[in-house]
Amino acid sequence: MKHDETCRVASHVDAGAGYKRIVLEAPAIAPETRPGQFVHVRVPALADTDLRRPFSVFDAHGGKIEILYKVVGRGTEAFAQTPPGAEVSVLGPLGRGFPAPAAGATAILVGGGYGVAPLHFLARDLARSGSAQRPVVFAGGRTAADLLAVEDFEAAGARCILATEDGSRGAKGFVTGPLDAALKEFRAAGRPFELYACGPDGLLKAVTERALELGVPGWISTDRHMVCGVGACFACIQKTRDASGGTVNSRCCINGPVFKAAELVWD
Amino acid sequence: MTDMTVDLGGLEMRTPVATASGTFGYGREYAEMVDYSRIGAITAKGVRMVPWPGNPMPRHCEVPGGLLNAIGLQGPGAEHFVKWTLPQLRALDVPVIANVWGASVEEYAQAAAVLDAAAGVSAIEVNVSCPNVKEGGHTFGSSPRILAETVRAVRAAVKKPLIVKLAPNVPDIAPYIHALEDEGADAVSLINTIPAMAIDIEKRRPVLANRTGGLSGRCVHPAAVKIVYDAYRAGKLPILAMGGVYGPEDAIEFMLAGATAVAVGTATFTDPSTAVRIADGIDRYCGRHGFSAARELTGALLETAP
Repeated sequence: MKHDETCRVASHVDAGAGYKRIVLEAPAIAPETRPGQFVHVRVPALADTDLRRPFSVFDAHGGKIEILYKVVGRGTEAFAQTPPGAEVSVLGPLGRGFPAPAAGATAILVGGGYGVAPLHFLARDLARSGSAQRPVVFAGGRTAADLLAVEDFEAAGARCILATEDGSRGAKGFVTGPLDAALKEFRAAGRPFELYACGPDGLLKAVTERALELGVPGWISTDRHMVCGVGACFACIQKTRDASGGTVNSRCCINGPVFKAAELVWD
Repeated sequence: MTDMTVDLGGLEMRTPVATASGTFGYGREYAEMVDYSRIGAITAKGVRMVPWPGNPMPRHCEVPGGLLNAIGLQGPGAEHFVKWTLPQLRALDVPVIANVWGASVEEYAQAAAVLDAAAGVSAIEVNVSCPNVKEGGHTFGSSPRILAETVRAVRAAVKKPLIVKLAPNVPDIAPYIHALEDEGADAVSLINTIPAMAIDIEKRRPVLANRTGGLSGRCVHPAAVKIVYDAYRAGKLPILAMGGVYGPEDAIEFMLAGATAVAVGTATFTDPSTAVRIADGIDRYCGRHGFSAARELTGALLETAP
């Protein structure tokens, strides 16, 4: 069920290089939030503007939700000023999240920059539900500062493989390099896996292609500018395939943000 | 206790606060979060006879005091709406205004007839004023003569209360109101979004893929109040007023200027319960100012400035 909840800020800290982590007390929203879903936040310092800002959930646990975000524009700049103790209006949980991998399959999580946020929630959720397979995380970024929450993934029992474009941490180049090597090993060993991705469109397209080529389930979390967040306004369109093979303008907020790789149509 | 009921050209509303087309989806989207018992009517998103994909992305941008959009009337088509959406809407126990458009006078009449015949539709709102589609939309409201022709055809196809939604960008609203009265419309919706544009100066490109869009939000409210005021004085047609309704004071302003009821649009995106909050605020205002019924607010403006 969707809630319109007033949440108190429990903590709000810098995570370096323009990234921030905020924890909100959300006793109604938190217990119902699944990995890959998002919340729609009314930024207190932007009371006179019209749009909420959508954020994927980094973790939801113990009546709280945590968001990991980057300051990228006017909305996030204003949001970054919200002090602990402040009250924030939050709609959630919203959208379709990630399904857990089939029994016996390993979750391979591919994230770019703050796109790791919903993947982290998935890794935590799998650990909490006692999944036998350790997730494998491929995290990429421009520099070492863009590799986020690596310790959190490790604490959740995930194995982390890192790549940076400048080579300052992990392999040099895009994360798809180490990913392809690992996918080959998984195939050679006959180990089942499912792909999960969140990050820039280039990375989403790359993971979509791999899921289709390898014939494995791929779960792709898309990110579009949103207005209502609940399917009412039709602003956040993602092209998808319909049953008859044509394309249809789906709404990222309620048909997604997580789509099956086979559904997605990239322009 | 204020009597909150109003009669909008035959549409009985339990409060004078509706939701505006295109901002409340097909009515179900906010059902878990909002108390629908305080909403006078839900106006569904516009449909034509055929499914329509709408415009490419980006379809919106935030501007100071408002929102610029060019969604382009994406929708599943009238028959799909009747078959799949209405049954769920009916379960919510709130009057539904179905909003229709077309690319020809015939299509307007055809879509309106489909919705008029559908159980669960309480009134028809005809959109002759969308700034964001090339064919249809604003073309059919662009002159009193074409408007009259369109409304005549729709009126012949519709038995339920017929509301026509007009554009704000005309020199004088009076001849449009007269055309609606002459052709037997039951009410008028004012205003649709104001044609507008935003440019990304670094990219030297329009922000919207459609290049231009429609402006809504707080910034359009005073312009809308003036048009509602003019429309009220031009004739006798009941007015459903919309444009920057964020709180009870905006709604009351519209009613004093002559509106029978108001619709909440863009404000729902920040606060889904705006319409409920406004209904409660109108109720309190009536108590404070000695009005026993909300309908007494309509046109209760005292003409001289303080």
